[in-house]
Amino acid sequence: MPYLVHTEHDREEMLAALGVESMEDLLIDIPTSLRVDRLNLPDGLSELETMAEMHGLADRNRVFPDRLTFRGGGVYRRFIPTAVAAVTGKPEFYTAYTPYQPEASQGTLQAIFEFQTLIAELTAMDVANASLYDGATAVAEASMMARVQTGRDEILVAGYVHPEYVEVLRTFSEGRGMKVRRGDEPNPRTAAVVFQQPDFLGLLVDARGLTERAHAAGALAIACVDPISLAIIAPPGEYGADIAVGEGQQLGLSPSFGGPHVGFIACSKDLVRRLPGRLIGSSHDSLGRRGFVLTLTAREQHIRREKATSNICTNHSLCALAASVYMTYMGEAGLRDVADVSFRRAHSLAERLGKLPGWQPLFPERQFLNEFPMIVPKSRQVMRRLSRKGILGGLEVGRWFRELKDVVTFTCTEVNDPAAIDQLVEALSA
Amino acid sequence: MTEPLSFELSRAGVHEPRLPAAGVDAPGPSDLLPREMLRQNPPELPRLSEPETMRHYSRMASLNYSISEEFYPLGSCTMKYNPVANEAAAALSGFADLHPYQDEEFAEGALELMWKLERALCEVVGVDRVTLQPAAGAHGEWTALRMIQAYHRSRGDRRTEVLVPDSAHGTNPASAALSGFEVVEVKSGPDGRISLGDLESKLSPRVAALMLTNPNTLGLFEREILDVAEMVHATGAMLYYDGANLNAFMGVCRPGDMGFDAVHMNLHKTFTTPHGGGGPGAGPVGVKAELAPFLPHPTVERSNGHFKLDHRRPKSIGRVRSFYGNFGMLVRAYTYILAMGGDGLKQASLDAVLSANYLRKQVQGVLELPHAGPCMHEFVASAHNLAPQGIRALDVAKGLLDRDFYAPTIYFPLVVPEAIMVEPTETESKATLDAFATALKDIVQEAKTNPERLHQAPVRTPVGRLDEVGTARKIGAYLSGQSDDPILRWKKPSN
Repeated sequence: MPYLVHTEHDREEMLAALGVESMEDLLIDIPTSLRVDRLNLPDGLSELETMAEMHGLADRNRVFPDRLTFRGGGVYRRFIPTAVAAVTGKPEFYTAYTPYQPEASQGTLQAIFEFQTLIAELTAMDVANASLYDGATAVAEASMMARVQTGRDEILVAGYVHPEYVEVLRTFSEGRGMKVRRGDEPNPRTAAVVFQQPDFLGLLVDARGLTERAHAAGALAIACVDPISLAIIAPPGEYGADIAVGEGQQLGLSPSFGGPHVGFIACSKDLVRRLPGRLIGSSHDSLGRRGFVLTLTAREQHIRREKATSNICTNHSLCALAASVYMTYMGEAGLRDVADVSFRRAHSLAERLGKLPGWQPLFPERQFLNEFPMIVPKSRQVMRRLSRKGILGGLEVGRWFRELKDVVTFTCTEVNDPAAIDQLVEALSA
Repeated sequence: MTEPLSFELSRAGVHEPRLPAAGVDAPGPSDLLPREMLRQNPPELPRLSEPETMRHYSRMASLNYSISEEFYPLGSCTMKYNPVANEAAAALSGFADLHPYQDEEFAEGALELMWKLERALCEVVGVDRVTLQPAAGAHGEWTALRMIQAYHRSRGDRRTEVLVPDSAHGTNPASAALSGFEVVEVKSGPDGRISLGDLESKLSPRVAALMLTNPNTLGLFEREILDVAEMVHATGAMLYYDGANLNAFMGVCRPGDMGFDAVHMNLHKTFTTPHGGGGPGAGPVGVKAELAPFLPHPTVERSNGHFKLDHRRPKSIGRVRSFYGNFGMLVRAYTYILAMGGDGLKQASLDAVLSANYLRKQVQGVLELPHAGPCMHEFVASAHNLAPQGIRALDVAKGLLDRDFYAPTIYFPLVVPEAIMVEPTETESKATLDAFATALKDIVQEAKTNPERLHQAPVRTPVGRLDEVGTARKIGAYLSGQSDDPILRWKKPSN
C-alpha cells in the first residue's frame, strides 16, 4: 500500500487518543447489513508490476508516428515544444487545487489570467473565460448563453460542424429548453447560428455572411474556430461574431485518445455576465501589490444554485496552462509559421492526391487551410492498406454523414515533412 | 513577491521559434485566400525567449501552494497525494500519442483499460455499468440526472421535481435545474442528517429523484439510508449518489447496496488524479441495470476477447462530451487502482476516517463542533465561538495560510454558520495532523490576544488579502462603458 502513511503504531496511538478500541467503533453509524468484508478486486501491486501492466496495455495500442499521421477530425498532431511539459509537469501547478484562496494560488491565477488574455487576443474578442472541458461542451455552453440572452429557443447549426459537437449540443439542449436545427436560414425563433471555421471537412465557410445573416434575424453568431488558423485567417472579432469557441488541443496538448483537452470561450462585452465557468480578474492588496482573483462569482452555481445557467464548477486549468505556455513560446510569428507551413504542405498533398486515379477533391471550388476532403474510391480498403504500411491515413467521414460516403479528409501539419508526404503518395500509388 | 505578466515581459525583436521550412512547392495563404478572409490585425501575443518563458512560469509556480508541498485540509475536496507513477503511465506513448479516431483494432489496449476501469469502479460502488465520459463531477451529476429523466420518460412518466438536501453542494441544484427539473429542498434535522419527516412531505409522484451525498457534507453517515431508499423507491423515484465523499468507505460499504441507482465519482478526488489547479478531472457515473440502456454512447464492450466501442444504443441520452472522456485521467485512476488493490483502497478509507476523527478530537474545545461524532472522512467545525473577538471563518482560513497550511473549506455547508470543513485524507501523517491542530490553537489564541493581526493575515504569502469587491466593481464599470480597462485581461497600453 504504497501511498498510505500511517504505521500500525500510529493507528494504535490515534485510536487510543480517541478512546476507542478499534476502527469498528468509528464506523458504528453504518448499518451492519451494509458492511462488506472486502472488495472483489485483486490486491495491490508493486510499482514494478503496476507499470508492467500499464506498459502492456499501452503496447496493445498501435501508435502511428507523428509524421505519418494524416488523420485529424478535431484532434491533430502538432509540434509540442519541450517547454510545455516542463511547465505542466511542475507539481506546484499540477497538484494545486482550484484557486479558492487567492493569496496561496497566485501562480495558477496569473497563468489563467494570461490564458484569458491570449484567447481574447487570438479570437479578437473582448473577454475570454478560464477554459471549459472541450470544444463540444464549449459549443453547448455558448448556445445556452445565446438562449438566455435572446430568450429564443432555437439553435441553428450551419454546415458541417463537428458531428460529435452537435451530438453533445443536442444532449445539452434537452432540459435547457433549446431545440437544435440544421440549416442556414435563421428565423425569429433562432437564438444563435453556430458554424465552424474551417468546418469539420476542413473547408472555409463564409463566416462573415453567416454572422450578418444571424444578426439580421436578431440572433447571435457563434463561431467555433481552430485556434492555429487564427494566426492567418480573420478571427471572430473581425467579422463581428458574438461568441467565439473552440478546441484548444492543438495548442500544445497530446492526442491522448481524445482527452483531456481544453475548450475555450470568448465573447463580446455585452455577454460577459452570461459567460459560464471561472473568470479571473486583476486586483491588488492593501499594500498596492497586484494579484489575481476569481471574480464575478455571482454568476456561478455555488451562489445561484438552481438559478444558475451553467453547472460548470472547475475548468481545464492545467490544459489551459499548457496552451498558454505554447502560445507564449510560439508568439504571433511562431503561430503564423505553423499555420503557413501546414497550409503549404496540405495544398501540396491535395494536389498530388487529386492526380491519383479516381480520386478527386470534394467541393473543389472551396478554400481550405490544412485539412481537406477527397472522394476516394474504395476508401475503406485504401485506408486499411495504408495502416498496414504504418501510415494513419485520412478520416472517413461517411460514418457521420450518409451523403459523404467514400469521402476522406486528410490533414497536414508542420509534423508531416515532405518525405512523409512522398511516402504517403507512394503508398497510395503502389 | 509578484511576477510581471508575460505581456509586460515581452520585447520586440526577440528571436522567433525556429520551425522547419515548408519544403514543398505550394502557394501560401495570401496567394490563395481572398483578402477579406485573412486576418487584418495580428494578435498581441507576448514575445519571449525560451529562457525567459521558462523562468516566468517557474516563478509563477513558486507563488502556488500545492499538495506536493502543503497540507490541504479542504473538506469535500479529498486532496490526497497524487502518485507520480500515475503521471508516468499517462505519459506512455501508447496512451498519450493515440488518436481518438484510430481504428478500434489499433486501440485495443485503451479500450481494454476503459473496460477494466469500468469493472473496478462497478465493484467499488456496487453498480452494474459505468460511463467514463463526463469530464468533471458536475458534468457527471448532470449526466446521471439526464439518464434518470430518460428512464422515467421511457415509462411514460414525466416527473418534474428533484429533491436536494439543504446541505448539498451547489452543483446539485444547478445540475437538476439544467436537466429541466424543478428543485425542491429537503431540510436537515438537528443532528445534521436528512429529516425523514421533511423528506416524506416532499415525496410525491412528481419527484424523479433524490440527490444525496453519503456521508453527507457534514461528514456524517446517513444512518437511515435504507429507510430513505425505501421511501424514495416506493414513490417510483430514483436515488442519486453524489460521489464527492466516496473516500469515506471504499471496501467498507457501497452506495449500490444502500439503494442508490446512479452514482457519480470524482476520479480527481477518490482516485488521486491531480487537480491541476482546477481541472482536468473526470466524473464517471455508475448505474444499476435499469438505467444502463440510457448511458451516453459509445460504451466499451467485450466480445470474443476483443474490446469494441458500441455506438448503437437506441435509448442512449446521447453524447455528453466529444470522444471518450478525459482518457488521460482514466489512465491515472486505473494505475492507482492497480497499485492500491482492493485491500489498499479499503485501508485508504479506514485511514481517512481515522485521521478525520483524530483531528476532530484535537480541534475539540478549540473550535465549535456543532454535531456529535464519530465523523466519517471529514468533519465540520464552526468559528462561531470567535465571534466575540470579531473573528470569522475567513480570518481563521487566512491565518492558516501564514502558518504554511492551505485553508479548509469555509462557509460550506451553508447549514452551519461560520463553517470550517476539514478533510485530512489518508496521505497526511499524524505529525502533520498534530501540527495543523497546533496551528489552529495558535490562531484561536491570537484571536483572543491580537485579533487585528488575524484580520491582516495572510502576511507571509506573495500577496495579502485582495480587494475582490473592488475588482468586481471595476469590471462593472468596464461593462457599463465607464472604463476602458476590462480587468479580466491584460490590454496593451494605448500610447
